[in-house]
Amino acid sequence: MSKDQLEQLVQARWRIALALTGAMLAIYLGFFLLVAYAKGAMGTQIVPGLSWGIFLGVLVILTAWVLNGIYVRWANRYYDEAIRQLKEVRG
Amino acid sequence: MSGSALGQPNPTAILFFFVFIALTLGITYWAARRTRSTEEFYAAGRSISGFQNGLALAGDYMSAASFLGIAGLVALSGFDGLLYSIGFLVGWPVVMFLVAEPLRNLGKYTFADVVAYRLRQAPVRSAAAVSTLVVVTLYLIAQMVGAGNLIKLLFGLSYEWAVVLVGVVMLAYVLFGGMVATTWVQIVKAVLLLSGAFLLALLVLVRYGLNPLSLFQDAAAKYGEQVLAPGGLVANPIDTLSLGLALMLGTAGLPHILMRFYTVPDARAARTSVSWATLFIGFFYLLTFVLGFGAMTLVGRDPIRAIDKGGNMAAPLLAEALGGTAFLGFISAVAFATILAVVAGLTLSGAAALSHDLWVNVVRQGKAPEKEQLAVARIATLLLGIVAILLGIAFKGQNVAFTVGLAFAIAASGNLPAIVYSVFWRKFTTAGAVGAILVGTLSAVILIYLSPTVQVDILKHASPIFPLKNPGIVSIPLGFLAGYLFSLLSQEKEAEERYREVERRVHLGGD
Repeated sequence: MSKDQLEQLVQARWRIALALTGAMLAIYLGFFLLVAYAKGAMGTQIVPGLSWGIFLGVLVILTAWVLNGIYVRWANRYYDEAIRQLKEVRG
Repeated sequence: MSGSALGQPNPTAILFFFVFIALTLGITYWAARRTRSTEEFYAAGRSISGFQNGLALAGDYMSAASFLGIAGLVALSGFDGLLYSIGFLVGWPVVMFLVAEPLRNLGKYTFADVVAYRLRQAPVRSAAAVSTLVVVTLYLIAQMVGAGNLIKLLFGLSYEWAVVLVGVVMLAYVLFGGMVATTWVQIVKAVLLLSGAFLLALLVLVRYGLNPLSLFQDAAAKYGEQVLAPGGLVANPIDTLSLGLALMLGTAGLPHILMRFYTVPDARAARTSVSWATLFIGFFYLLTFVLGFGAMTLVGRDPIRAIDKGGNMAAPLLAEALGGTAFLGFISAVAFATILAVVAGLTLSGAAALSHDLWVNVVRQGKAPEKEQLAVARIATLLLGIVAILLGIAFKGQNVAFTVGLAFAIAASGNLPAIVYSVFWRKFTTAGAVGAILVGTLSAVILIYLSPTVQVDILKHASPIFPLKNPGIVSIPLGFLAGYLFSLLSQEKEAEERYREVERRVHLGGD
C-alpha cells in the first residue's frame, strides 16, 4: 500500500515542481520577448520615472520569490508530513 | 580623472582588507581543526543550517561581476544592464523546484554522484569531471583577471602580485579549512556585500527623498528617456533570448553551487537554503538597480568611463562620491572579499571533481582509503590553485567577460540535462548521460569559438561563422536531445531496475 502512496506523492511533487518551473520560464521568457520585440512599449513610462520595462523587471524578481514561497509552503506543510508518515509505516 | 583616490593605496581599504583577511584566516584556523575527514573537507560534515547555507549560496553566487559589472553596465547603458540582474535571479526557482532536494538526498560530494548513481561510474564521472573542470576554469579566468585588474585599480598593487595574493589566500582557506572554512568565508562575504550594497543604495536614495522613481526620473532628465528603455544591448532578439535561457538554466548546473547542497543535514534544509539564497540574491539585484542609476546620475558617465571603459568602477566611484575615501576603502575591500570567496568556492568544486570523481571513483574504482582520499583532495586543491594563478597571469589584459556567460551556457547545456534525466527518467542510460554532458559542453564551446565574440572581437575576422554571441538557444536543446537519443539507442536494464531505488532515495532520503 505504501508503494502506491509513495508513487502518488512523487507524482504530486513533480507536478507541482514542473508547473512552477514552467510558470517561471514562461514569465521570464515572456519578459525577455517583450524586451526584445516591444522595445517602444517597454520604454513608455507608467508614471514619471517608472518605465514598463523597469516595472515588469522588478515584478519578475518578485514573482521568483512568490513561486518559491508557494513551493516551500506546500512542501513544508504537505510533502514533508506525507513523507514522515510513509517512513513511519515502513518502520 | 578628476580627484578620485582610486588607484592610490587607500589606508581604509588596506585596513578593512587586513581585518577581513585576519578574520577569515582565524576562521580557517578554527575550521582546520574540524577538517579531518572527506565528509568535512567536501561537505562541512553536513552541519551547516539552511539559513547559513542560504547566505553561503548567495556568497558563492554574487561575484564581483554582479556587483561591479552590473552596476557599471546599468550606469553606462541603463535598463539593458538590468536584464543581467533579472536573468541571474530567475535561475534560483529552477534550482529549488528541480535540483536542490534530489541532489541532497541522492549524492555525496559532487553532482556526478547523482548522475552516476545507477549508471556505470567511470564513463559518467569522467564526462562530468570534464564539464565541471571546463566550467570552473572559465569561471576562474574571469574571476582572476577581474581580481588582478580590480586590485590594481583599488589598491595600486601590480596585476601579477594581486593575482598571486588572491591565489595564495584562497588556497589557505580551502587547503586547511576545506568546506567549513569556505562556507564561513562565503557567509562573511555575503553579509559584507549585502550590507555594503544596502548602505550605498541608501546613501543614493537619501539624495532622492528615499524615492527610487525620483532617481530614475533624474537619470532620464540627464541622459535621455531611453535609459529607462531597452536599447542597443538587445539589438538581436534571438541573441537576447539565448543569453536569457543560459542565465536561467545555467544556475542549476553550476558545480560550485550544486556542491553547497551537500553541506546541510537534510532535504528540508536544502529547500530552506534556496529560499534564503533567492531572497538575499533578489534583494541584492534590486539594489543594483539603484546603484547603477545612482552612479549614472551622481558620478556621471564620463568620469566612470575615464577610469575604466567597461564601467567596472562605477560602484566604487559612487561610494567615493557619497561617503568619501573611507567609504571607497570599505567598498573596495568588500569587492576584494567577494572575489576571494568566489574563487575559493570554485576551487573546492574543481578539486572535488578531480579527486572524488576522477581519482577515487574512476582510477581507484571507489576503493581508496579515507586517508588517501583526503590527501588527494588537498593535492587537487593545490593544483587548481596554481592553475588559477597561472590563468590569471596568462589572460592579463584580455577581455574575458564573456567566459562567465559561457560557463553558464555549458552548465545549462551539459550538466542540467544529465541531472534532470537521472532524477526523472527511468530509461536514462550511461550513454545518454555521457552524450548529454559531452554534446552539451562541446557544442557550447564550439559555438562560442565560432561566435562574433571570439571570431570578430578577439581574432579580428571580418565576420563570424555562427551569428549569435550566446550559444544557449542551440546548445541547451542539443544537450537535452543528445541525452534522449543516446538513451533510446542504448538499453541499460540494471539502470532501469534501480530507478525505483533512486526514486525512493530522492524522496525518502538516504537513511
